[in-house]
Parts: sequence; structure tokens; C-alpha cells
Amino acid sequence: MSAHPSGKPGLPSAGLFSFGWIPVWRRNFLVWRKLAFPSLLGNLADPLIYMLGLGYGLGRMLPRISGVDYMQFLIAGMIVASAMNAATFESLYSAFSRMRTQKTWDAILVTPLSLDDVLAGELFWAASKSFLSGFSILLVISALGLSSLPLALWVLPIIFLTGFAFAAIGLVVCALAPSYDFFMYYFTLFITPMLMISGIFFPVENLPHSIYLVASWLPLSHAVRLVRPLLLGECPQDIVLHVAVLLGVTIVAFRVAVFLTRRRLLN
Amino acid sequence: MASLNSALEISGLRKSYGGRSVISGIGFSVPVGACFGILGPNGAGKTTTLRCCLGLTPPDEGKILLGGHSIPDDACAARARVGVVPQFDNLDPDFTVNENLLVYSRYFGLKKPEMRRRIPGLLDFAGLTDKENARVEALSGGMKRRLTLARALVNDPDILFLDEPTTGLDPQARHLIWDRLKQLVAQGKTLILTTHFMEEAERLCERLIVLDHGQIVAEGNPHELIASQIEPNVIEIFGENAVAWAKARRALCQRLEIAGETAYFYCNDTTLVCEALDKERALHSLHRAANLEDVFIKLTGRELRD
Ligand SMILES: Nc1ncnc2c1ncn2[C@@H]1O[C@H](COP(=O)(O)OP(=O)(O)OP(=O)(O)O)[C@@H](O)[C@H]1O
Ligand SMILES: [Mg+2]
Repeated sequence: MSAHPSGKPGLPSAGLFSFGWIPVWRRNFLVWRKLAFPSLLGNLADPLIYMLGLGYGLGRMLPRISGVDYMQFLIAGMIVASAMNAATFESLYSAFSRMRTQKTWDAILVTPLSLDDVLAGELFWAASKSFLSGFSILLVISALGLSSLPLALWVLPIIFLTGFAFAAIGLVVCALAPSYDFFMYYFTLFITPMLMISGIFFPVENLPHSIYLVASWLPLSHAVRLVRPLLLGECPQDIVLHVAVLLGVTIVAFRVAVFLTRRRLLN
Repeated sequence: MASLNSALEISGLRKSYGGRSVISGIGFSVPVGACFGILGPNGAGKTTTLRCCLGLTPPDEGKILLGGHSIPDDACAARARVGVVPQFDNLDPDFTVNENLLVYSRYFGLKKPEMRRRIPGLLDFAGLTDKENARVEALSGGMKRRLTLARALVNDPDILFLDEPTTGLDPQARHLIWDRLKQLVAQGKTLILTTHFMEEAERLCERLIVLDHGQIVAEGNPHELIASQIEPNVIEIFGENAVAWAKARRALCQRLEIAGETAYFYCNDTTLVCEALDKERALHSLHRAANLEDVFIKLTGRELRD
């Protein structure tokens, strides 16, 4: 067995670099498959209502933003935000109920799989939910003729990566949560403010400089700056930087989540 | 080195939580093919001992060899050959009976065609054949427990850990589980079970330890323990003034214990107590052979634990 930099010494680990996550992912997928239709509808309906409502309603009254219709501007934001939401809900509420209420993780931990495998499975699964939600929105807006297609397909891996980043952060919060109520703090103190200053609903260039600086550190901003140009048929700037930030957040947050969850469950 | 005739070997095991010692230096060994009992009052450290054995918590001190693998370093490999029935059911409520077994077998890397072949046998063993497609929520407590047992067998383990397998079950369900556990021992599997039911331990276990406050207070074969630790006969006396009456006649046999309104005479020879009782019409009494529960209570006391 290898060394365990993040866990208690002496407990075996595997995690991201083994295939132990696959059966955990498949377990979640099987549960989802039973409720796939309402779940997809939920993933789709909410962002679409916002998009059409704000895009057409508000968009009529607004000038063009950065040279495009407000609707065109908003679509990228909604895709990224719904990817974030999907991963966040899955890694907070669903993962917590598997950890605490249903004790699903406890059942898995007495098989050859390790806690790292369980968390990696949850990470991949939450990112998959992001992907599904981004993918279905992309399908609809393509059908409506609102994306420029070949380049827009690059949005899919970005959505997946965004899902990974927010799933990893979500698993950290899940590891720290004493109960479901705790998640409210995460939403009101982190998710909602981030939605406002990351260029989802409006451009951030005009915000006060200090807020702009804060926003440029947030993973959501980096995701939006990749997705928006792609949907408009342009190549994004600073691709390496944005991808590196999302990857970096994923890796660091996942390590922290593993450390905290080990401390919580394997004590 | 792994010793080939021990399924589990523990020595010098210590574990404390927040400065409070929960396991204080215990050691025992379970021969391959045995049914081994871990008895103890609430909070004695039974579940914690099992968690240490499975590599779910690192011990502060001590050596554990499970199926020849060193724990916790090699726990994943050891768990591949182990089945676990946890104290509290954690079946997957989103799945049917069948899906529970199938999904669980994937955690062991087992393939679907193989499981398709094996699941009917497991369901039959658990008496759940006609419940194959029932949702877990629709099962009774006894059925859930049997499904948990079937789930612990998906990997055809050599060693089975059962943490209070029959707590909360009615007598029928309990007897059925006992019968299945005996079948498993007959198949050559090693069983390590914790229990509060002395009758369960007496019926199933060849050897057992009694844990109290994280220490082993007795170890051995249940019948030998009864023979060596306690007088063979018990007379329970209850009724008006039973306690005062018994206290005045303490000298009539080896040992007297009082619990609430009941007096327990523990005797090698019951003649004197019986003669005294014959003159008392107001008292009720019960004569019986000493059992493991008497040993247990003698060793761990009558006070409630939590
Ligand atoms: N993770 C933990 N953190 C702190 N204390 C713990 C933890 N796990 C167990 N304990 C304490 O260790 C003691 C032994 O617990 P354990 O669950 O091993 O007892 P048990 O013999 O299985 O009891 P029961 O018959 O009630 O299941 C208890 O006092 C319990 O409160
Ligand atoms: Mg217990």
C-alpha cells in the first residue's frame, strides 16, 4: 500500500487513480435511471424558464451586451450555473443522505473498496449530473438555433470540468456538515454571491474593481469565460489559465474532502 | 507471518476516543471454521473491536491479522474474503431485493453473469425467493436482516462478521437466522458474532469472550464457562418480602444475589433452600439450571450501562 498523505496513517487508500469509483458511480446511476425522466425535466425546466423569461423579457429592454443580444449573453451563464447547481445539489444533499441517513457509504466501506473510492465515485457521479444538465440545455438551445454548433460542442468537456470543481467543493462541505441545515450557509455565503459576480447574468467588467478582483478568483468566472465565447463561435482567451483553475480547484478540494471525510468516518 | 489455522488473530489491541479508553489491550484468536462469540453489555466495545478488525478505524496499539492479512495496512485485500452483517441494516432503500445483491456484488468486482447464476441460491438461503422484485421498504424487519445476511454472502466469504445479527427479531426469525448460521459453519466458514442473547451464544459459539469496559473478563467454551464460573443450580424467589426472607437465609447456599424484588440463590446443592421454601406459602420460586446469562451477569454486574 502507498503512503497516505491526507489520511490517518495506516488506513488503505485508492481513490481517483484506481477504478474503484466505477461501481459506486454505477450504483448512483442505477438509482437515477429509475427516476431519469423527472430528474432530467427538473434539470432542464428551471434554467430554460430563467433563460426564456429573462432572455426574452428582460432582453427586449436591454441594449446589446458586448455586441450580442442579452439572450445570447445569458445562455452561457445559465449553462454554467445549472452545471454548478447540479453538481452542488448532488454532492451536498444526495451525498449527505448516502453518508448519514441511508448509511450507503458504511455498507460499501466493508467491501474491498476504500473511502477514497466512495468519494471518487461521488465526485464522478456529481460531475456526470452536471454534464447531463449542460448537455440537455445545449440540445434545446441548439434546436432553437441559439448556438453555433461545431465549436459549441467544446462546451461539453468544460461543463464536465465545472461539475468536477463544484462537486469537489461540495464534498468538502458535505464532510463538514452536522446536518442538512448547514448547507444553507454554503448557498447564501458562497453560491448565491458567486452567481451574482461571476458574469452569469451581467458582465462583470463594470463592477467595482475590488469585486472584479474577487470574482476573478472564483471557479464559476473561469467556467463562464470559457463557455461564452464557445457558444458565440469564438475561441476563448486564456484557455490554459481557466482550465488550470478548474482542475486545480478540483484536485485540491477533493484532497481536502478525502482528508475531512476520513477524519469523520474512519476515526 | 500469517498463521494458517487462525482466521483472526488479535493481540494487544487498544483504542481510545477522546482520551477515554474503549478497548484496553485485548487479544484473542479465532480458529478457521469456528463460530466465535463476542459478548458484552452495551458500550463494552464490541462494535469498535469489529471496526478495528475490518480496517475501518486505526487502533492505537496492537496487531491484527485477518485471513492472513495485516490490518489496517492490507485491509482492502482482507475484506475481499470477508462478509459483514452490520449492527444496523444499511440496505439500499432505492433498490429491489435483487438489485441490492447485484449492486453490492459489483463492489467486490464480481460480474453480472456470475451473479445471475448465484443470486437465486442466495435468495433461497435467505428465504426470499418470492421477494426477488420487492422493494426493500416493503420487507419486514426479519426479511431485511435475512437480506443483509444474503448480501454479506455475495462474495462467498471465508470469514463472516455478524454484529448482533438477531437483535430486534421475533423468535421465528431468530431461529431461522440461527439455522442459517449453523449451515454456514457446516460449510466451513468462520463466524465472528457479537450478541446480547446468551441463548444465541450458547447454541452457536464454540468459543466466546466476554468483554466489559474494553477488557476480556472471561474466555472459553460456553458450557465450560458455566461449569467453571458459576454454581450449577439457580433458585429465583419472588413475592411479598422475598428479598428480606432470602437475606435472612443467605447461609443456606453458596451465593445470594438481589435484583429489585427478586432474590437469586446460586447453589451447588439446593436441598437446604428447598426445605426452607417448603414452609413458605406466600413465596413464589423458580428452579432452573445455571446458564450463560448467569455467568454474564456475575462477570459484568447488574447495573444498567447506558
Ligand atoms: N466514533 C466514536 N467516537 C467516540 N466514541 C465512540 C465512537 N465509537 C464508539 N465510541 C464509544 O466507545 C464505546 C464502545 O462502543 P461500541 O459501539 O464498540 O460498543 P458496543 O459493545 O458495540 O455496544 P452496543 O451493544 O450498544 O452496540 C461506547 O462508549 C461508545 O460511546
Ligand atoms: Mg455495537
